[in-house]
Amino acid sequence: MWIKAKKEGDTSVLAAAYGPAEVKVSKEIYDRATLEVLIQPKVGLPSVRERSQEQCVRETCEASLLLSLHPRSSLTLILQLIHNDGSILSCFLNAACMALMDAGLPMSCLFCGVTCAINADGQIITDPTAVQEKESRAVMTFAIDSTKRRVMMSSTKGSFSVHELQQCIAVSQEASEKIFQFYRDSVSRRYSKTL
Amino acid sequence: MKDTPLSNCERDFLLKAIEEKKRLDGRQTYDYRKMKITFGTDYGCCFVDLGKTRVMAQVSCELVAPKESRPNEGIMFFNIELSPMASPAFEQGRQSELSVKLNRQLERCLRNSKCIDTESLCVVSGEKVWQIRVDVHLLNHDGNLMDAASIAAITALCHFRRPDVGIQGDEVTVYSPEERDPIPLSIYHMPISVSFSFFQQGTYLLVDPCEREERVMDGLLMIAMNKHREICSIQSSGGIMLLKEQVMRCSKIASVKVSEITELLNKALVNDKKARKEGGRCGFAESLPQERITALKMEETSVEMTDATERAKDIVQKADARPQKVPSPVVPVPGVGQVGQGLQNTWGLEEDEDDEEEAEECDSGEEQEEAVTKMEEERHEKEASGEGDVVEISDSEEEDVVILHPAMPDKALKNTATSSRQKGAAASKKRQKK
Repeated sequence: MWIKAKKEGDTSVLAAAYGPAEVKVSKEIYDRATLEVLIQPKVGLPSVRERSQEQCVRETCEASLLLSLHPRSSLTLILQLIHNDGSILSCFLNAACMALMDAGLPMSCLFCGVTCAINADGQIITDPTAVQEKESRAVMTFAIDSTKRRVMMSSTKGSFSVHELQQCIAVSQEASEKIFQFYRDSVSRRYSKTL
Repeated sequence: MKDTPLSNCERDFLLKAIEEKKRLDGRQTYDYRKMKITFGTDYGCCFVDLGKTRVMAQVSCELVAPKESRPNEGIMFFNIELSPMASPAFEQGRQSELSVKLNRQLERCLRNSKCIDTESLCVVSGEKVWQIRVDVHLLNHDGNLMDAASIAAITALCHFRRPDVGIQGDEVTVYSPEERDPIPLSIYHMPISVSFSFFQQGTYLLVDPCEREERVMDGLLMIAMNKHREICSIQSSGGIMLLKEQVMRCSKIASVKVSEITELLNKALVNDKKARKEGGRCGFAESLPQERITALKMEETSVEMTDATERAKDIVQKADARPQKVPSPVVPVPGVGQVGQGLQNTWGLEEDEDDEEEAEECDSGEEQEEAVTKMEEERHEKEASGEGDVVEISDSEEEDVVILHPAMPDKALKNTATSSRQKGAAASKKRQKK
């Protein structure tokens, strides 16, 4: 079991990855591993919002994990929300990627999540806080892969033009460089101590 | 996912160690594990670490209509979530026995003991009251979930601030945290539960069992008490028969432990208040540095060393005598054989040897070599165990294998003439084939 804590500003998420382990016959897939993502909110039981976030994270993970290496097994990813101050979906994505990486699960690429918000003036803000998200016209989250910097998943809310979308994607790709550098730094620090 | 079952040797080892008053992590019988209480950014969020057991509690409030039977009392709602993060055995959404048990115990400990003044939560009698909801998430299961959960819940309740409410005639205004400072809940006392695990039908007792100890225990006694030595709730599960003296002793131990824990709790609350007043950043994110990615430290566990030297001497005496040292033998490496006078022949079977020699003879087409080989033959013949039989090599690649008879040297001399011709013929045939 691997637990990773990820924070962006004040937004904090705790991620745990279990697997490959036994899978229930009803859920098994004959040639691939079954990935299950569980998002636990802080207050109350998981609702539809958590389900849609789980879907986004699961699709991204399935695209990057080499699931066919573990047929008839289950991989479970649990994301516990500690504090939500905006950019929550990208925080989930980053925590998920680090947990999977730390667990040693085989992946074809790493991914990171970046959130952009377009405020009333038309300015693009990355990693908006909850207050900024509320005041903005549109909020977009992209999952960017590490090999070719392409968009793996996008989730948007609000209205925006095609040109603005292209701009946001470009900004997210730039921002992903920093995040991948952070991954590298933290992994090298962690394993320089254990190995 | 299924939990891995406990092996018999682990179980025996644990029980034996407990009989000798030893615990896995070196604690004494009545020792608690290291406890750490931290708070989150918003009011009402608390993390409790009890050794490796990790629990997070969050308190939130909402204005709702009160219960019909109690129109001027607020509502308390408790929920313990057994997150799949805590253990692979916990499944999401499944109401397992453990989940029901923990929820019920927490309710009895906090609700039935009336530690919170619910009447102060009333806003408009019969119409609007505050509903206080406590969500406890189990983040890591290393034993004694109940204690950690109860400490987290009561600490979070002490830490929580609800929005201020103003009533002017019929109008009720709920002020946001920015407009007016939120106010804390009124708490009468702080019940904390202490768990005792029993082994060997109540003979041995341990406080704060870890996960392994919980698996081998016979029964559990949970006493919820506050620092005024009032028992709020007491529960014995597992079907062990306890004597009156044992229960009294446990309650005395519990009162000592509860006063220690309450002190720690109050200190943590005071520290947090100070930090917030100073305006410093506080919260889970700030408490992370103690567990930085770079820092991977395992706490030192003391090892019992008192009888180690005696045991060691015993073992050495009883051990067998050392085997005699042999002058360094020649160890044949695989793939290497030795043949020669005086040493054992490790080349393989003599039979095959002769056959190989004979096969080689057929290949060579020169008389010089023939003479040499003949001499070798004779030597081999002496070494051979008197086998003069002709053996045909069935897997030989050559056709027309001519086999010389090594038994009679005189005949051999005679045969050389004929054989050489035959050999020459064979060789020429082969050359033609090639």
